[in-house]
Amino acid sequence: MKTVFQLFLTFFNIGAFTLGGGYAMLDMVEKAVVDKRHWIGKDEFWDMITIVQMLPGVFAVNTALYTGYKIKGIRGAIAACLGAIIPSIVIILLIAILFVDYQDNPVVERIFRGIRPCVVALILSPAIKMLINAKVNWKTAIFPIATVCLIYFFRVSPVYIIIATIIGSVAFAFYSQNRLNKSKS
Amino acid sequence: MIYLQLFWAYLKIGIFGFGGGYAMLSMIQFEIVDHYQWMSLEEFTDMVALSQMTPGPFSINIATFTGYTVGGFWGSLLASFSLVLPALILFMIVLKFLFKNKENYIIKTTLSSMKPVIAGLIFVAALQMMNANNFTDFGLHQNNISVIICIVSFIAVFFAKINPILLILASGLVGYFVY
Repeated sequence: MKTVFQLFLTFFNIGAFTLGGGYAMLDMVEKAVVDKRHWIGKDEFWDMITIVQMLPGVFAVNTALYTGYKIKGIRGAIAACLGAIIPSIVIILLIAILFVDYQDNPVVERIFRGIRPCVVALILSPAIKMLINAKVNWKTAIFPIATVCLIYFFRVSPVYIIIATIIGSVAFAFYSQNRLNKSKS
Repeated sequence: MIYLQLFWAYLKIGIFGFGGGYAMLSMIQFEIVDHYQWMSLEEFTDMVALSQMTPGPFSINIATFTGYTVGGFWGSLLASFSLVLPALILFMIVLKFLFKNKENYIIKTTLSSMKPVIAGLIFVAALQMMNANNFTDFGLHQNNISVIICIVSFIAVFFAKINPILLILASGLVGYFVY
């Protein structure tokens, strides 16, 4: 029980004090889980992160779930997960309540007119980083372009695009594995 | 009814949200702004800004925020719960399989070939926010300060790696003095 509570507290701390989301948090998780508490080894931790990165959903929550599970099973997973999200929910709720009241205040409106174009830039930046990370070339450029066109011009739901992408990518993975095996034999 | 819609919208996002918070953003925008039309794009943009400035996972923040405006206190809890639920379930089912097969060629190839599409998803989120309501003074005979803010912020965050929160605060300050 003590460890379960410690897990909750550890992730509560991380959830309450890391700005910048998932990847910014990794450093803090490693320090807490590996260096301070010695719950898991360094290599094991980074192996786990490689797996968690592949999963859908909220990266920080998935990290909490897996770390919690490794250490204390299902109870640990739930404790860590709650710890990771409760600070967020409380803080954002307070902001949301204020925002609803002050949204139409002329001063607030002026401030947000300045902020909105900045938000666009803050999303453009990870988009370009992802393009670089995906090693997009002239041949594969068709995929991001088609995605943009389908959603922006034809209002296709991103969910359908992800489903189609998963099917296509799995098929491609099997195809290239077969080819690899054939060229070996 | 609204609770059911909130639940369904965020459940889908939790299941298909590959590629992190920014890729999820286009899904959230699609459901909340385009599909259910619960709020305007400017309102949504404001919430994105506030979610980036507060601690904790970005997508949990935005789910709680939009959930609150749509369905009050319970709406906010429901939205963040629905977003996390698929991970909880998925994790119990596939956990053992994944840990055993972490070098699996099929999984690796599948995920790396999804990346170009995920990049496209993030682009759409940014592109859709580039509208006349977010860039109020865009035009040939106007002062285009919003465009300048956007370009300067991009250079600052992408090349100079300046903290996004500082940029949001600075842009807010510019907005306060200019508009």
